[in-house]
Amino acid sequence: MVQEQAQQKLSIQFEDIAQQNESYIVGMWTFLVTEIMFFGGLFATYLVYRVANQEVFWEAHRHLSIPLGFFNTCVLLTSSLTMALTVHYSQRGLRKQQLLWLLVTMALACTFLVVKGFEYHHKFVEGLIPGANFRFEPAEHMRVAQLFFSLYFAMTGLHALHVIIGVLVMTILAVLIAIKHPSVQDFIPIELTGLYWHFVDIVWIFLFPLLYLIPR
Amino acid sequence: MSVAVAKHGEVKHNYLNAGDTVLSWLLTTDHKRIAVLYLVSVTLFFAVGGLLALLIRLELLTPQGDLMTSENYNRVFTMHGVVMIFLFLIPAIPAVLGNFLVPLMVGARDLAFPRLNLASWYVYMAGGLIATWAMVNGGVDTGWTFYPPYSSSYSTSQVTLTIIGAFLIGFSSIFTGINFIVTIHKMRAPGLTWFRLPLFIWAHYATSVIIVLGTPVVAITLLLVAVERVFRLGIFDPALGGDPILFQHLFWFYSHPAVYIMILPAMGVISEVVACFSRKRVFGYHFVAFSSVAIAVIGFLVWGHHMFTTGQSVYAGMVFSLLSFLVAVPSAVKVFNWTATMYKGHIEFRAPMLYVMGFLGLFVIGGLTGLFLASLATDIHLQDTYFVVAHFHYIMVGGTIFGYLAGLHFWWPKMTGRMYPEGIAKLAALIIFAGFNLTFLPQFVLGYLGMPRRYHWYPEEWQMLHVMSSAGAALLGIGYILPVFYLLWSLRNGALAGPNPWGATGLEWKTDSPPITHNFEETPIVTEEPYAYENHHQQEEVASGTGASTAEA
Amino acid sequence: MTNGHDTHSHIVPIKVYLLVYVALLVLLVATVGAAYLPGHHTLLNNVIALTIAVIKAVLVILYFMHVRYSTRLTWLWASAGFFWLLIMFILTLGDYFTRHWVPVLGWE
Repeated sequence: MVQEQAQQKLSIQFEDIAQQNESYIVGMWTFLVTEIMFFGGLFATYLVYRVANQEVFWEAHRHLSIPLGFFNTCVLLTSSLTMALTVHYSQRGLRKQQLLWLLVTMALACTFLVVKGFEYHHKFVEGLIPGANFRFEPAEHMRVAQLFFSLYFAMTGLHALHVIIGVLVMTILAVLIAIKHPSVQDFIPIELTGLYWHFVDIVWIFLFPLLYLIPR
Repeated sequence: MSVAVAKHGEVKHNYLNAGDTVLSWLLTTDHKRIAVLYLVSVTLFFAVGGLLALLIRLELLTPQGDLMTSENYNRVFTMHGVVMIFLFLIPAIPAVLGNFLVPLMVGARDLAFPRLNLASWYVYMAGGLIATWAMVNGGVDTGWTFYPPYSSSYSTSQVTLTIIGAFLIGFSSIFTGINFIVTIHKMRAPGLTWFRLPLFIWAHYATSVIIVLGTPVVAITLLLVAVERVFRLGIFDPALGGDPILFQHLFWFYSHPAVYIMILPAMGVISEVVACFSRKRVFGYHFVAFSSVAIAVIGFLVWGHHMFTTGQSVYAGMVFSLLSFLVAVPSAVKVFNWTATMYKGHIEFRAPMLYVMGFLGLFVIGGLTGLFLASLATDIHLQDTYFVVAHFHYIMVGGTIFGYLAGLHFWWPKMTGRMYPEGIAKLAALIIFAGFNLTFLPQFVLGYLGMPRRYHWYPEEWQMLHVMSSAGAALLGIGYILPVFYLLWSLRNGALAGPNPWGATGLEWKTDSPPITHNFEETPIVTEEPYAYENHHQQEEVASGTGASTAEA
Repeated sequence: MTNGHDTHSHIVPIKVYLLVYVALLVLLVATVGAAYLPGHHTLLNNVIALTIAVIKAVLVILYFMHVRYSTRLTWLWASAGFFWLLIMFILTLGDYFTRHWVPVLGWE
């Protein structure tokens, strides 16, 4: 570890590598706090409406596929594991394994997005996209059911956007690692991406039971 | 830009002359240069907001709405609010003075993430330009609060564009907040413990905490309104199953603490200036430091007092009212301690000190009238009247802008290497104080008599009070224009400041004025408590004896 | 314990990651299983589902995100976000739960 850190580039504003690394990690955590609050606003909205409309939300949620949701949760949890492995090998300076697990993580992230795409497509076919063409039976529940699906698309859509950003970042990192770029010599870029990725996973950990597993 | 010339005539190297191409400014990562970029931009937006305010006051000169239509009046006061709050008050002190001073005060070479800092300015400009674009293309008429369902379903103005602008500006302040938090935690000079930090730093830490925890919530809330508007959904629209009061909860979860984002940095400025020009330690340093943190935390628990007259539960109202009274305690602690700092001090009536004394009086009035509004019963009468308008202008203008101007004058020698002209600066401070009170004191009376905010027609018996208010606004305008001229004038013609013209303590005064690109020749080591003015008698005599303004004229 | 090491060079063994992963999968199955419990236990079901989700999140934060091996500062920031989230939820929901305690003329 010691020799490896000595190669790391020190920015002018920092005194030493330890200070620089810790600054990046604290900075990332501070950013994640803003992300927690960002999703928090959506979760608060959802909770208020769910408490008020438990019955209709239950009815509406039956149009979501629990098996697909379950599968996607497994995919994301696994991708978190592979991301953790990427960080592990990056810390040990093993470039090949690092690249391998990063690619696996990306593949899992894409799997998640594809499955999500199928789910969205299914909603489209069923006429469950909120807006002028929204159809729901029984008709007297249409307003609240539309509220449920608005929130469903807002929450999973924002989450999917975060997954896409994660994939883009990982792609850049993979290329940089492949060409042995000096900026990915140390583990900090991977560690920060890892923190972000686990956060995306945590959001889904809450989204899955809240949206897919509503009790009657 | 001027170049500081040392006594013997050689041109000294500093951050201002480190590069003079436009690109060297637009691509800089130096926190001091970014602060200057922000200074120019917030001043421009302040001018826009000020002109809009002038239009409002012109319209209100007469009881009839004869200058503009009601629709246009709605747009003018909305844009005044949007520009002043999002584009001036929130970034003014943190992004200009904070950006410049936080690394200097903690003895660091730069902020922790210089490129993020530059990005924050670009995002701010993008947001500002989009908001301006929205303004030019018809403006927005929802009030700066964007309440649905009017904003989401009915308004035909540029709501979506303005929301996108506000969203971006929110991100720019998040970037600044993250930078400050990491810098203050990780980059303090050796020996600079938490309780040796200047109170300016404590205030900015508390501000950053609010920014980081609050801003994302308003970002997602405004985004939901925009989505609702564009896709015709019903997230907050009662006609489609939503609850507009939920929007107000989420909006005020940020927007009440945002008031503390505006006032806390000003309080940090006051602590620095009051100690320097009283030549004393800040009375009860720990109390002032912790009161900043207390304001940041308790400030998050009071937002419901904006919603007493909505359908909010009575019980929630009681809790919010009680908590609102609680947040007055740390604010009062600060005022008492500043007053106690001045007690038996050797007070120098420099321009920054005049602003500080103005701040103390106006903030007390603003704070106490806030208590009227936090009382459930009184608020029923005063809600949405000019009383509220006067109250928050006492906090935002009397508090934030006075703090900003105090800080700008106090650190102007540090930023530019030149002294501002003292006489005219004092005159401007007095004009602003008089103009401000003439503008807003009558509005308390108007509000108490029942004049609702956001109306431009009013009964004739209130015209006298409105004329007073408009006259005050004109005076205030003159007061704001003066500094623009004499500060620009001082860039070339001001007396050379030297490293420490005020004989002040603090690391920022230990380096050159203007500072070199990475702030310090060598990392400073801190060995003493902050504000140790009694240890600095010699420097004090040098500075105040001859008067820095005449030193090298 | 593993605390006290330099935070950045701390390498978590693969075995720990695998154990956490298995625990996460088991908890996931438990959530879905609980949702299929017979009968109407709305409140109980919600509590179970959210408790499990919180446990899963804590596991991810402590081990995958290395907070268990990090400095107090990281602990502080990691918990601040969730603490403020609770403030928002409690005070907002507090309004909705107490809104109808006082009958208001004109409301049903």
